[in-house]
Amino acid sequence: MIPTDSPTSQARPGTPVGVAPANAPEVSTGSTTERAWGLWEVFVRSSRGLSHVHAGSLHAPDAAMALRNARDLYTRRNEGVSIWVVPVDAIAASDPDAKGSFFESPQGKDYRHATYYTKSEGVKHL
Amino acid sequence: MGGESATRITPGNALRPEDIALEVRTGLAKPTEDVAEYALRLGDDGLILAQRLGHWISRGPELEEDVALGNIALDQLGHARSFLTYAGGAWDKTEDELAYFRREHEFRSAAIFEQPNGDFAATIARQFIVSYYQFELYRRLTESTDATLAAIAAKAVKEVDYHRDHSAQWVLRLAGGTEESRARMIQGLKQMWPYVAELFQDDELTTRLTETGAAVAPSTLKADFDRLTGEILAEAELEVPVVPAAPGGGRHGRHSEHLGYLLAEMQVLAREYPGASW
Amino acid sequence: MEANAQRDTDSQAKDRQDADGQANFDRVIAEDSRIEPKDWMPDAYRKTLLRQISQHAHSEIIGMQPEANWISRAPSLKRKAILMAKVQDEAGHGLYLYSAAETLGQTRDKMTADLIAGKARYSSIFNYPARTWADMGAIGWLVDGAAICNQVPLCRASYGPYGRAMVRVCKEESFHQRQGFEILLELAHGTPEQKQMAQDAVNRWYAPALMMFGPPDDDSPNSKQSMAWNIKRFSNDELRSRFVGMMVEQVRVLGLTLPDSEIRFNEDTKKWEHGPLDWDEFHEVLAGRGPCNAQRLERRREAHDDGAWVREAAAAYAAKQSLKTKEYAA
Repeated sequence: MIPTDSPTSQARPGTPVGVAPANAPEVSTGSTTERAWGLWEVFVRSSRGLSHVHAGSLHAPDAAMALRNARDLYTRRNEGVSIWVVPVDAIAASDPDAKGSFFESPQGKDYRHATYYTKSEGVKHL
Repeated sequence: MGGESATRITPGNALRPEDIALEVRTGLAKPTEDVAEYALRLGDDGLILAQRLGHWISRGPELEEDVALGNIALDQLGHARSFLTYAGGAWDKTEDELAYFRREHEFRSAAIFEQPNGDFAATIARQFIVSYYQFELYRRLTESTDATLAAIAAKAVKEVDYHRDHSAQWVLRLAGGTEESRARMIQGLKQMWPYVAELFQDDELTTRLTETGAAVAPSTLKADFDRLTGEILAEAELEVPVVPAAPGGGRHGRHSEHLGYLLAEMQVLAREYPGASW
Repeated sequence: MEANAQRDTDSQAKDRQDADGQANFDRVIAEDSRIEPKDWMPDAYRKTLLRQISQHAHSEIIGMQPEANWISRAPSLKRKAILMAKVQDEAGHGLYLYSAAETLGQTRDKMTADLIAGKARYSSIFNYPARTWADMGAIGWLVDGAAICNQVPLCRASYGPYGRAMVRVCKEESFHQRQGFEILLELAHGTPEQKQMAQDAVNRWYAPALMMFGPPDDDSPNSKQSMAWNIKRFSNDELRSRFVGMMVEQVRVLGLTLPDSEIRFNEDTKKWEHGPLDWDEFHEVLAGRGPCNAQRLERRREAHDDGAWVREAAAAYAAKQSLKTKEYAA
């Protein structure tokens, strides 16, 4: 029952790999009476082989704490094997008002989908 | 519903207190008197700490921290339940009989665990000491000749590893944050450091058990504890507090004045209805 | 003159945008699709959602207190662990909901400030005291039960982030109701004293739980609009009646009774009916004059104030580290 992956004795335990040193989002250095913690978006990989999927958001002062808070908040029922956190400001999003034109092109191009090709129905392994 | 949800819920696969209870009941695991005494110590440490940490849930400095401290409290309570269940196997007692119906002088926890939460810095200081101590202990205990102790330690060591990380992160932030937080961190360490020495004291029981390979001599953990906590303190530009050691005695039932209140609150309901099932 | 002309064009452009936005919004609602944060939405829709989601978040956070008070006294270690996990979940639920509200342009700090200043509302049920251990059972069974009844339809709320938060909450909440039921079941089958404790708790929490669904439909001015917007899917009375039906079944399994002699199934309407509720008391408690309002807010304020230096420290540390990284890069 002794785990083969028993942690080793290092001073900086369990630090998730790949964390840049405390990269604070701009919002966390605002000059209100009390400096607010920034907002982070959390992406969780539920098991190996699957993509990271958006799970929700949280507040944290920096990346290191954001990862830990995400671990506590979004994987406490064994829901994940890997976590990404992204400061909200770092996400570029498509313009919702431009939705029509931005996403128009694929409309009507049915031939990009396998279902378009009906003559091969019934042919095996195709 | 839920098709878009990123995560799925599974119970996980690890040793639970219920598994130990089953092993004890079916006679698969039965501790010797010495091992039971030893398990009682470790169980009481976890139980008393969980009782203290549970108080933070709904009172943390930020909601995220309520959740974090809640997780740590639950881990500690889980370890406590496993150790107590196992210990009870020697005396035909359940975890609840041990937790709720022993008197203060029968508790075997070290003094640091019962120290009041104080402010967040004091709680972090206590966590810092306790988790670095527990990590060194459990890491070695995974190789115990007592299979059940080894199994409980194997689960616990991974969780405590995260507790170390949590406390170290906060030591760095409080020490390197504001003037106020630094002063509080220094004060918190000063408050808790007198109780470090007791954690590393050998006695007859640990000496006997170390000989059989069931337990780890507390004194042998000290060097690693000093080195690793020292590294974090150095990074935080803090010094190891120079304070006289508290007298200790917790392992033999001599506690500080704090434990009585803690037990009174913890045991009140169970004792109002002795024999009741909940 | 020129400035005025400019202003006119600006306001015309805004009118046009609003008209387009409204048309798009109406279409999405008609299709029963979802509104997302950056979509145009009517001000009233935004305000309604913000009010509802933040109240919901506050309820989770304040709702931690009556149960957290019993963590230290839980009568068995298993129950202690379960209760801790449950109260911790509620912090999580509050977080999910605050995040959803933040997508509407309000910060959590502002919402918290409103709460502790007594300017925001939360579910009035949490202003009743949790007197005995059996209250942990009754809160789980009745209060969480009513909450689930309310929340399951909210998973389909027209505002995307709210619906998604509710999916997550509902998944976790089902454990809450079951553990409450189990506590009561254990007590009901325990000693006569324990059974009495359970019955007493059910008696005290029954009516407040029914009132969690909100005022009767003919006295709930906002309900109609919320239903038109696909935020609410069922009326207050509809959900309440459904809930009563479920409780009637479940209370039999418990071997306890509901403190309401007027519960009956109306064969004509096919709905469960219940005795009158004291709505005056409801409004009193909602207005801040319940047994625990002051205590609950004070505790929240204290935690927030006591934590200020910690939040400040972490932010300051992050700022310093970020500066160091920049200097290093330069």
